Amino acid sequence: MSTSVTVPLHAVAHGRAGDKGNRSNISVIPYKPETYPHLREQVTEAKILELFRHKGATAVTRYDLPNLQALNFVIDNVLEGGVNSALSQDLHGKTLSFLLLGEIEVTVPRTCIPEESPYL
Amino acid sequence: MTTVYIGSGAGFAGDRIDAGVAVVETLKQRDGPRYLIYEVMGERTLAMAQRIKMDDPDLGYSPYLERYLPRVLEACAEHGVRIVANLGNANPVAGAKRVHQIAEDLGVEGLRVAVVHGDNLLEFMTADEIAAIPTIEGISIAGKELVAANAYLGARPVAAALALDVDVVLVGRTTDAALVLGPLIHEFGWAEDDWAHLAAGTLAGHLLECGGQVTGGYFCDPGFKDVPGMDDLGFPIAEIKGSGDFVITKAENTGGLVTKATVTEQILYEVHDPAAYLTPDVSLDITGVTLEDAGENRIAVRGAQGKPPPETLKATISADGGWLGESELTYAGPNALARARLAADIVKARCERNGVAELMRVEVIGTGAVFDNDASERQRGTNMPKDGEFRLRAAVRTNDKDIAQYVNDEVLSLFCSGPAAGGGYRCSITGQVNTASILVPRGPVEAHTRTEEILP
Repeated sequence: MSTSVTVPLHAVAHGRAGDKGNRSNISVIPYKPETYPHLREQVTEAKILELFRHKGATAVTRYDLPNLQALNFVIDNVLEGGVNSALSQDLHGKTLSFLLLGEIEVTVPRTCIPEESPYL
Repeated sequence: MTTVYIGSGAGFAGDRIDAGVAVVETLKQRDGPRYLIYEVMGERTLAMAQRIKMDDPDLGYSPYLERYLPRVLEACAEHGVRIVANLGNANPVAGAKRVHQIAEDLGVEGLRVAVVHGDNLLEFMTADEIAAIPTIEGISIAGKELVAANAYLGARPVAAALALDVDVVLVGRTTDAALVLGPLIHEFGWAEDDWAHLAAGTLAGHLLECGGQVTGGYFCDPGFKDVPGMDDLGFPIAEIKGSGDFVITKAENTGGLVTKATVTEQILYEVHDPAAYLTPDVSLDITGVTLEDAGENRIAVRGAQGKPPPETLKATISADGGWLGESELTYAGPNALARARLAADIVKARCERNGVAELMRVEVIGTGAVFDNDASERQRGTNMPKDGEFRLRAAVRTNDKDIAQYVNDEVLSLFCSGPAAGGGYRCSITGQVNTASILVPRGPVEAHTRTEEILP
């Protein structure tokens, strides 16, 4: 029985943001397959919407891709108008994947953290 | 069984000028049909190119054509590596003529170049007709003068251009994946309703279209996701069989890496519903895709499924978007955060007092500003270090260039009238393009889509 730890998502997963109009998609991909069920359980649409609400996000849809061991979050209206009207440094929201990875915490068995990770 | 080899030389306008060289070095050692693609178009680059073309009909192709092709054209011609690129931008014909000049300068003889026409809606629709179509994405550009209106063409016209037996195909607006699916349709003869194969080819295109983003670029996170040789990132090569199964690998003797993780990040890049990635050729479903290790820096990709594409084509329309003014000033050392925040308050107060009605963003870089909103609400209540290095940034969008200049000057004036020791002022005022997406019927676009060989 492995001990559980509460860590930022960044300790156990990686991801990438892409933009289309005023909508962003952010993938979340665990480093280890055994982490995937924990992410499906804990990284909910509601949590992601709450994280991005200050940016204007109005809805989040999560798509699960078990074959690829990945989650795909589609976040509506999060880009402050996107390239057309945002005043942010990052008009495409390309940095937002790391806001998600840094701020969302998960409680997982310690073994979900890759062995060489600086988190250990 | 034939294997088609398709490498990427660039994934956006601004990509590394020499990435294609190592790809060609690898491709020339392979047997069978070989292609090199360059994907350099964005919605805004096209609108800007359209403006340039209006001023000079010999321009409007991508300026990156001059930067990328002279490095590879001779080797591609010698070894039969065909080039498929959207370097044509707003003016593929002028781009093709420039390719001939480059070939002549390099002493490459007999090069044949073709272009695809038909993406420019303004050639067969009036601006009023286009403006009457409701937008599905982006902001309303009603009442503004259209700068550009281009439909996303699919892979069929790219395949038709290759059938002219040319060495180089230059297109304007097609889907990025069409640069890969077009050659595959040409080589394998995949039918218009051969959804599974068209889906596989589209997925291969999707994985190649951003260049190094599938080989460790935009992926590397030191200590967590290490990638060797980032300063010599190897660009990807797809090896595709007639079955639609393919392997993603990369140029030999380069940095970067190809793993399940790098491929998975790129598979989902800019994908919304993974069961319905819509293109003019096929609606791609990646939910059944599996990845398998197939050797060092080799990932086998299988299981793409396809359904019929939408009845309509997506088009991007563009109009003038006014000006974006941005200015920055740095504060460092003891109490830097307080000095930067006071500077922000001063700029906001003065702009308000002097009648700037536009929405502004005045923020302090170093406080998580890029994750914040225009009102910097997120950082409130967080415990920032008082000392360090912080950079004031002001941004405004306006139709009046003088207002952008005024806001920039308010940041500049902090030099003598603001908090202590601000330094490193930089500013810019850049012309903006607004874009929106519309859906147009296929019939009229396809009726105007044609290929043409361009002679020297």
